[in-house]
Amino acid sequence: MSNIPADLKYAKTHEWARLNDDGSVTVGISDNAQEQLGDMVYIEVPDVGKIVAAAQACAVVESVKAASDVYAPIAGEVVEANSHLVDSPETVNQDAYGEGWMFRLHPSDPGQMEKLMDAAAYESFLESENH
Amino acid sequence: MPFIPHTDTDIRDMLAAIGAGAIDDLFDEIPAGLRAGGLPGIPPGMTEQEISRLMNSRAESDGRPLCFLGAGAYDHHIPAAVWEITTRGEFYSAYTPYQAEASQGTLQLIYEFQTMMASLTGMEVSNASLYDGASALAEAVLMAVRSNRNSTSRRILTPVAAHPNYRSTTRTIVHNQGIELVELPYDREGGHTPLESLAPYEGQDITALVIQQPNFFGILEDVDELTDWAHRQGALVIAVCNPTALAILTPPGAWGETGADIACGEGQPLGVPLAGGGPYFGFMCCKQALVRQMPGRIVGRTLDRDARVGYTLTLQAREQHIRRSKATSNICTNQGLLVTAATIYMALLGADGLARVAQACHANTLALVEKLTGNACVEAVFSRPCFHESVLRLALPLADIMRPLHAHNLLPGYDLSADYPELGNALLVCATEARTTEDIALYADHLNRVIERQTTAGCPVKPRMA
Repeated sequence: MSNIPADLKYAKTHEWARLNDDGSVTVGISDNAQEQLGDMVYIEVPDVGKIVAAAQACAVVESVKAASDVYAPIAGEVVEANSHLVDSPETVNQDAYGEGWMFRLHPSDPGQMEKLMDAAAYESFLESENH
Repeated sequence: MPFIPHTDTDIRDMLAAIGAGAIDDLFDEIPAGLRAGGLPGIPPGMTEQEISRLMNSRAESDGRPLCFLGAGAYDHHIPAAVWEITTRGEFYSAYTPYQAEASQGTLQLIYEFQTMMASLTGMEVSNASLYDGASALAEAVLMAVRSNRNSTSRRILTPVAAHPNYRSTTRTIVHNQGIELVELPYDREGGHTPLESLAPYEGQDITALVIQQPNFFGILEDVDELTDWAHRQGALVIAVCNPTALAILTPPGAWGETGADIACGEGQPLGVPLAGGGPYFGFMCCKQALVRQMPGRIVGRTLDRDARVGYTLTLQAREQHIRRSKATSNICTNQGLLVTAATIYMALLGADGLARVAQACHANTLALVEKLTGNACVEAVFSRPCFHESVLRLALPLADIMRPLHAHNLLPGYDLSADYPELGNALLVCATEARTTEDIALYADHLNRVIERQTTAGCPVKPRMA
């Protein structure tokens, strides 16, 4: 069973979101997502300053199997991107919830976090997807 | 590898499974007014004997003229071995199979093609080919827009001295994507794109600069200065090159301080015979840093689990069958057969052989220009050095000159008056390595006689001395 930290929120498109103390939200893809995609070979992160809507594609992860979009779980402005991933995409496989983070958003409506799934909901969502 | 088409039963079963009555029902979405009915003038079928006779008579109607016409496609000598080998059964398929790795020979050939093109252009990576030179430029422009993340203008500086067909094809493909092609004028004396033409764009947000070397007039551009200017502006440089010329000119990878970013062009000069409408093939190379934005396929060499060399498609994850509408392009290896011929052509000639072809083209074109401008009614239009084409201006209307030369079974060159009316009666001429001293003398004799018949007491135009 994949790792689903209890302190994070999750989107149906398999991104996780962490609310930071400064009000910003860090985004990455879930452990389940990296496991399904396999070895990462390239990560394209968004430009800082980009304004994104909820569910808008704003990063691309490319594994040996497929290239997939990463969607913004909530709307906001990209305030930081993990450019380290461009040179070390395998970080997403090794540490999906830590060093493998992809970008940080300044949310335009922090209330949108409430619409995301919590860990328990995401776990049952994964189970329902697998059946 | 067998390719077995669907049987009638297969088709019926598949239609039944999706609830469609006939194959035509699958095209219902296309409005009836847009659908072609029959194809009048196309016979339902002909026997091999009938079709051979028809095609031979059509081919003979071309008359195999003596060719001094270039303008993007060139009459080079093609060693007999090139197509003898290309049409062997092992190679004679246009496509890589859908399970590409099943055909290691095809992949090895593409890998060798890429290696040769990368070394010819001085670039780090090559793809497995594109449709033709014009669409290669359009793809390069799209790639530059995707790659240059420091630029948001989607403005591409494009010299008027770049091939007119390439420019119009590119405009057709990129126009509806909000990409603007901004025209750069050429120097009326030199025929090149002067650095001063870029001055109005100094400090502006420019996505890329296109540089064609040699340009459509055959003239050599100041590629180093143009490249460095673009890079200072944060623009990418798209090189459009003639592959034969690359054997003796500075490769785009070495232009200016850091080299062009993308190099593309028409591959026809590398062993592909002249044909109206093609098929030809395009090529594209780039810097390693841009490879993930490159369209088309790339073949890589690897080792299998028993440490034997094997070939595989790399970067496939970005292709249409995986990325669907977000794919980098829908181009795969459509021009595979022509790439096969080009690879064999380059392998047979080698680097020295290709350089000798290029030198002979250059020398023949200089000899042709000297011979033709010996007539007082013919002058060279541009003063700058050329590769294997040159623009001549005639004191008489071109149509009156070209018609009788065609009647002598000679293609005198490309009439520039439609694309460049400001140049007057301008003719773009070319003499490849396949033209002999006798061919050039024959052209000059015919031209002199045609002009003599149409002028009375001498010619008002004085030739400009080089």
